[in-house]
Amino acid sequence: MKRRDFLKGCMACGAAATLGVSQKAWGIGSFEGYPEGMGVLVDLTRCVGCRSCEAACNKEQQLPAPDVPFDDKSVFEETRRPTEKAYTVVNRYETKKEGDPVYRKIQCNHCNEPACLTSCFVNAYTKTKEGAVIYNSKVCVGCRNCMIACPFNVPGYSYSSAFNPVVKKCIFCYDTRLKYGKPPACVEVCPQQVLTFGHRNDLLKIGRDRIREKSDRYVDHIYGEKEVGGTSWLYLAGVDFDKVGFDTTMANDPIISNVKDFLGIVPMVLTIWPALFTGFHLLATKNKNHEDGHSAQEDHKP
Amino acid sequence: MYAVRTWLIGGLFMLALIASPADSRAKTTPETLELDVLVNLYNKVHFNHAKHIMLVKDCADCHHHTAGTLAQNPNCVRCHKNSGATASVACRSCHLAQPFSAAALREKSKTAYHNDIPGLKGAYHQACSGCHQKMGGPTGCQDCHERNKKGDAFYSAGAYAPPQSHGEKKHGGH
Repeated sequence: MKRRDFLKGCMACGAAATLGVSQKAWGIGSFEGYPEGMGVLVDLTRCVGCRSCEAACNKEQQLPAPDVPFDDKSVFEETRRPTEKAYTVVNRYETKKEGDPVYRKIQCNHCNEPACLTSCFVNAYTKTKEGAVIYNSKVCVGCRNCMIACPFNVPGYSYSSAFNPVVKKCIFCYDTRLKYGKPPACVEVCPQQVLTFGHRNDLLKIGRDRIREKSDRYVDHIYGEKEVGGTSWLYLAGVDFDKVGFDTTMANDPIISNVKDFLGIVPMVLTIWPALFTGFHLLATKNKNHEDGHSAQEDHKP
Repeated sequence: MYAVRTWLIGGLFMLALIASPADSRAKTTPETLELDVLVNLYNKVHFNHAKHIMLVKDCADCHHHTAGTLAQNPNCVRCHKNSGATASVACRSCHLAQPFSAAALREKSKTAYHNDIPGLKGAYHQACSGCHQKMGGPTGCQDCHERNKKGDAFYSAGAYAPPQSHGEKKHGGH
């Protein structure tokens, strides 16, 4: 076998392997959540903006005292996002549709395939079988990758801590409630039952039933059923979702599928490539040295 | 407990008197009710049932098909057109005080209908404040139930209000 043929063969095999692998071999079937996973159906048409959920969250998670009382409606003058001091906040949206303003509670949506979990290089995050996305603050190094990765801008950061800043977010009351089959504190306190707690599969059915039975009350969409691979928290609304602060440009694929192909070839690049190219190098330089030596010898001849 | 018993007796009377004229039936219904689902945070609501009967007239407005009058929601009428009055018309006999308990969730996933019944607190607020908005009744939280000390602590309000709340406004969110 000639050396040129051997090299050709190597190249062809390598290329075939690379292409074959980067096809859907790494694309493990999309994960649609644990079958017994719990969730919350949020019905925006019921919310009256009383902020009881914020108060309940504050007490349950033992967060620092708020800057203003939880019955103060002046907070609605600005659009807020969850922070280290408040894992859930309610915002008010004035819509053109006649009637009252629309209130929307924000907290972690507990994705089926969380982008925060994907982005975390110390594996601080866990998606539990109950549906909660929890994190281990002991291993968190405060890199804030998850804050960038989260499509819903949820994780907050303890900027107030000078020496050990970590990420802080809603954990579905996992430690104190969800683990024991109890609904989170916000759900329990909500006077209007805006929040319905149950198995995610049942909630989807309930949501579809509400849309069917009161089609004039609801937009025909359950936000979170498919967005970014599905979330444990689901939403019904009476106005278009983009009018009340939801990102409706979100793809139905989980965020991980954007990076899965790339991350899949990283081990190959790190293990196979060095060996392969070292081989090429040795093969290519072996004869060259010989030839060089030969010509050098010839040069020395007078 | 006493209230529940009164309700049950009331319900039985209602069944017995179903054929009798409407005003004699009304006599078996309670004049006032004490609603205490939120007693942890708010004082009891002294609900003037008699006054609401005068204002609303149609029992089905609040009691759906259970009082023997025809339900208004077309979805309910499909099955409950000729249902008649039920043994108990008390809200709490269908609307659970703990709608998300493990037992309640298990039951819920078995049934095809009535799997989206709001809990007692949700039912009160949705029905009461929904109607109050339409009829011009009071809609503020403390218009119906006064907040107690525990409630003040819960909402960090009243005596428990944060000190800087009267100064500059800075409330999270950046």
